[in-house]
Amino acid sequence: MDPGLALLLNGVVSGLLLGGLYAAAAAGLSVSFGMLDVVNIAHPAFMVLGALLVALLWSATGLDPLLLSLLLAPAFWALGAAIYVAYHHFFERRGDEAIQGLAFFFGVMFLIEVGLVLAVGPEQHFADAAYAGTTWRLGEIDLPLRMLVPAAVALAAIGALALFLRRTFTGRAIAAVAQDREALRLLAIDPVRIKRLAFGISIAMAALAGGALVVVQPVDAWSGHVFIGRVFAIVIMGGLASLGGCVLAALAFGVVENVTATFYGPSWSPAVAFGCLLLVLAIRPQGLFGRAA
Amino acid sequence: MSGAALRAVPLAAPRRLGHAGFWLAAAVAALLLILALRGLGSEYAYFAATFVLQYVVLATAWNILGGYAGYVNFGAAAFFAAGAYTTVAIGKALGLGLLPCIGFAAVVGGALGLGTGVLTLRLRGAYFAIATLCLAVVLQTLVVNWSYVGGSRGAYVLRPREVPLGFDSYSGLLCAVAVVLAALAVAIARTIEKSRLGLGLAALRDDEAAAEAAGVPTLRLKLVATTISGAMMAVAGAPLPYLGSYVEPNSAFGLAYAVNAIAMPLIGGTASWAGPLIGAVLLASLQQAATVTISSAANLLIVGGVLVVFVCIAPHGIIGLFRGRR
Repeated sequence: MDPGLALLLNGVVSGLLLGGLYAAAAAGLSVSFGMLDVVNIAHPAFMVLGALLVALLWSATGLDPLLLSLLLAPAFWALGAAIYVAYHHFFERRGDEAIQGLAFFFGVMFLIEVGLVLAVGPEQHFADAAYAGTTWRLGEIDLPLRMLVPAAVALAAIGALALFLRRTFTGRAIAAVAQDREALRLLAIDPVRIKRLAFGISIAMAALAGGALVVVQPVDAWSGHVFIGRVFAIVIMGGLASLGGCVLAALAFGVVENVTATFYGPSWSPAVAFGCLLLVLAIRPQGLFGRAA
Repeated sequence: MSGAALRAVPLAAPRRLGHAGFWLAAAVAALLLILALRGLGSEYAYFAATFVLQYVVLATAWNILGGYAGYVNFGAAAFFAAGAYTTVAIGKALGLGLLPCIGFAAVVGGALGLGTGVLTLRLRGAYFAIATLCLAVVLQTLVVNWSYVGGSRGAYVLRPREVPLGFDSYSGLLCAVAVVLAALAVAIARTIEKSRLGLGLAALRDDEAAAEAAGVPTLRLKLVATTISGAMMAVAGAPLPYLGSYVEPNSAFGLAYAVNAIAMPLIGGTASWAGPLIGAVLLASLQQAATVTISSAANLLIVGGVLVVFVCIAPHGIIGLFRGRR
């Protein structure tokens, strides 16, 4: 095969795998920011918290990192529910959520990150899965399992979440609270309880994404920063409340970033990806896959 | 938010100082501060004061858009760094000193603010906030790849050997410049707040659709606010290369500036010019003290903690606490 073409193909494929990781990171935010209208800017910090906890547990037990993140998910669910209770009590009830709520999560993000630096130190932590060294080859295309397995697990988790939102009564109530909370009240469902549940789910997704992240790359306390812009970009490009759109946008984002990095060097890739987002916001603010309001 | 604005108007009315009076008061306060710092005369006092005062400028500038108009700008670090890198680029290209560079930084920051406004101000709420975050990333990438100003290696800026205007050291001059900039920023913010522009911004903060319907030219006002705010944030960053003699993208675009620019006005109170001033002096002094006595990681922990506690317990800031009690 022509080497330029092989390079492009490899760039696209590893971009898709990277996009799987981004999808995991963005799916939780798509629930909290897209559906609940809670601008949780600390979401990537929760992901990094999950990743570092997984790394610590891995060095203690030697279990598979992705399995560990699955075990951590219920604890993160409880953490998320508790944070939503505080958020609701201090901001949503007063109708102050716009700026104050944003600032609250900004502060929470800082507390998590600096807390992590003080607790586990500023150095990078990692967790090696058993399959991390293996690479499948399909002709010219490399499929490293250290990227493929987290991406597959993430997509499976997002699929399960989408099924839950589509099929179950509670799931539909979560989708409904995004559209009209008063109508939910008329059905004798407590919108606050539903939002608490959903916010817990979004933080639990952050724990899973953390598990995926620590398999892909070593993580330090500040690793979340580069994800803040990315995950919000993906959720907005995906049209906010749509998980499918979120996954597509994440894959597209991964490919654009990775192909740019392959051909022009990694230092240019953030500008291209975020330039895309700025364009999307300026031209089509409802997102690429969203419906016009 | 709206409650504070409504309460602020009748209280401020009876003892209202005229614009000229306030500018005079700011000038006198600046002069006294410069004389007091010269009296102290220690290099560390100069450095600490400059550090605090650059945050006064940054927080006041952020508040013009964020507090008066209610548009949260997460990209404060981008404007700040744009100012710092203007100093580096202009200083290298034309060999000019600090003062002309501050003028250029204002122009660059204003143009950047206007551009951001044109591109993003049709977005509201969180969308605008995220667009500004993206702007910061794009700008940082451009600077990292721009080798003329040092790229990711950073750039050295040497302080001139002769200190003009009879100052005992260059730090003293920097500190005096910072005092003047801070006084200017506060006076500009106060003038805007009490003018038609400020009233229009407050109207669109409380209800943009209603303001538009009442004949407030919202888009034009927002563009004016982003331009002024951007110019002032860049001015805040312009002296940075001289302060440390060295500047590199990761620290100039650091999240500490973005979080502080938001935290300081929110802690002080966003509806009035005094809020960012109080917040910046309080928080920056606290950080400077924590950096010296504990560690630099702890100072960010303090900012985060204070921010969370304040937005939960005192949603209208320190100013709001005092107004609520009366």
